[in-house]
Amino acid sequence: MTAPLLRLDGVRYRYPGATQDALQGVSLAIAPRQFHAVLGPNGSGKTTLVRIALGGLMPLVGRAEVIGIPASQWARQDLARVVGVVPQREDNLFPQRVRETVLLGRYPHLSLWGRERAADHDAVNRALAACDALHLADRWLWTLSGGEYQRIRVARALAQEPKLLILDEPGISLDLKHEMGLFELVLGLVHEQGLGVLMITHDLNLAARFADSLLLLEGGRPVAAGAPNDVLTQETVEKVFSWPVAMQTVDGRPQMVPLRQPKESRA
Amino acid sequence: MKWTVLAIVALLALVLSVVLGPAAVPLGELLHSDIVWNLRAPRALLAFLVGGSLGVAGAGLQALVRNPLADPFLLGLSGGAGLGAVLAIALHLPGPWALPIAAFIGALAALGLVYRLGLIGGASLDPRILLLGGVAIGAFAAAITTAIVSLADAAELRNAFLWLWGGLSGASWDSVLLVALYAPIPLAVLLAASRPLDLLALGEESASYLGADVEKVKRRVYLAASLLTAAAVAVSGVIGFVGLVVPHIARLTWGHRHRSLLPAAFLGGGALLAFADTLARTVVAPRELPVGVVTALIGVPVFAFLLKRWTI
Repeated sequence: MTAPLLRLDGVRYRYPGATQDALQGVSLAIAPRQFHAVLGPNGSGKTTLVRIALGGLMPLVGRAEVIGIPASQWARQDLARVVGVVPQREDNLFPQRVRETVLLGRYPHLSLWGRERAADHDAVNRALAACDALHLADRWLWTLSGGEYQRIRVARALAQEPKLLILDEPGISLDLKHEMGLFELVLGLVHEQGLGVLMITHDLNLAARFADSLLLLEGGRPVAAGAPNDVLTQETVEKVFSWPVAMQTVDGRPQMVPLRQPKESRA
Repeated sequence: MKWTVLAIVALLALVLSVVLGPAAVPLGELLHSDIVWNLRAPRALLAFLVGGSLGVAGAGLQALVRNPLADPFLLGLSGGAGLGAVLAIALHLPGPWALPIAAFIGALAALGLVYRLGLIGGASLDPRILLLGGVAIGAFAAAITTAIVSLADAAELRNAFLWLWGGLSGASWDSVLLVALYAPIPLAVLLAASRPLDLLALGEESASYLGADVEKVKRRVYLAASLLTAAAVAVSGVIGFVGLVVPHIARLTWGHRHRSLLPAAFLGGGALLAFADTLARTVVAPRELPVGVVTALIGVPVFAFLLKRWTI
């Protein structure tokens, strides 16, 4: 049996000087063609989980492995050929064009003094095409809308030709059309290119619609994990997010509707 | 095309600085003249090497501290070098190499202190603290320097003041040879860091996800750029604006990819300083302006003009 792309096994982590664990008892395994979403309120440990998965932090207890090798033992350049990341935030210091920034995704494949080869430019074009962004190639980044910019960042991660794609809150600040478009794009990559996906989000409904498997965190502990219908029950959601909700079903997936709670009736 | 233009500009700056000077040397005797061989040629080459080094160091540091306003001298080296040089002058240290060596030691001391401060938060080198620490150490050294200069007599004071504004009048074939042997090592280190430097413009987190070994790159770039600057300041004093303006001019034409940006900054910095030095020694001949005055007088208006394009 081949090792999963990413595997966390009983991970516990506490930041130096902190009085509480940031993560405790977290396990996760992502194979090719799987779309996993990690959910939870602010401060539930989602970003810590990404750092552990990428070897930026070492678990105090448990294991974090990428394709069977401990995440912290990967050379950064080798890891970047296997895992593409779309971080939550970044600001580009210098003005740059779209094609230039996507080409940065090829850097893990280049030798120290080597130039970009035709294959690298092909990979950039394929990544732009996959993200429906070829027509943006010669635009300056700062002329893009928020949704276009997110697609370009996904394209840059795809140019790395990774096996695993990690996205940290990719839908934040996007409007409906661009947010749905981005999720459809990611799901398409899972189906067509066989990527494994780990998406960090706090949008329960979109995660339930698109992901195969959810991991719900609260205060660094896993509350529920598995298929969306098993994880997103009214009881669990109300407990984790401390707000009353009603559950509905769309396309066979659970959807959460927050209920009104006027001030006088709040406990 | 743009490389051809730059090469011609660089060559022209070198030729002009050999042909022009306060003493009239007929063109026909150019190749046989002692003034040309022993004074102008080494001085032109030293100006070119120093200007090129400052251009590359500035480009590297701007990417490292993620601040387009960074200048190689912003990180405290000028203060340390100035203090070393002024001490050498005040203590009447003998020999032609006393001043450059004292300045180099001063710059290295500042480099070490700033580097240590940059690591103050733990194992990770923090570029923001490098910047703040550099400014603080530089100001502290400058305060001591000013105290020493204020206690010195008039002739010493003038020497110290002129040195602080930079000048290439100490150029000799020895100093050219020294810089020509020393500079290629840090230059090669910076050139080898070209791709990680491109990635650093996205921030440290994104850079590491794209395969850059961020900690290693930050340390290498800081040390290489600082060692280049320390050598430049030792042989020619504090020459401002080359390391700030040249990388920006190069960016506007060559873009932000360091593989072409760094070589362009080297040629551009070399050409600018050779040209500025020619002006410094000819416009008020037989006296000489500090070359730092000329680079500032040329550099600031050019920079102001470029800022307009920068903010598009």
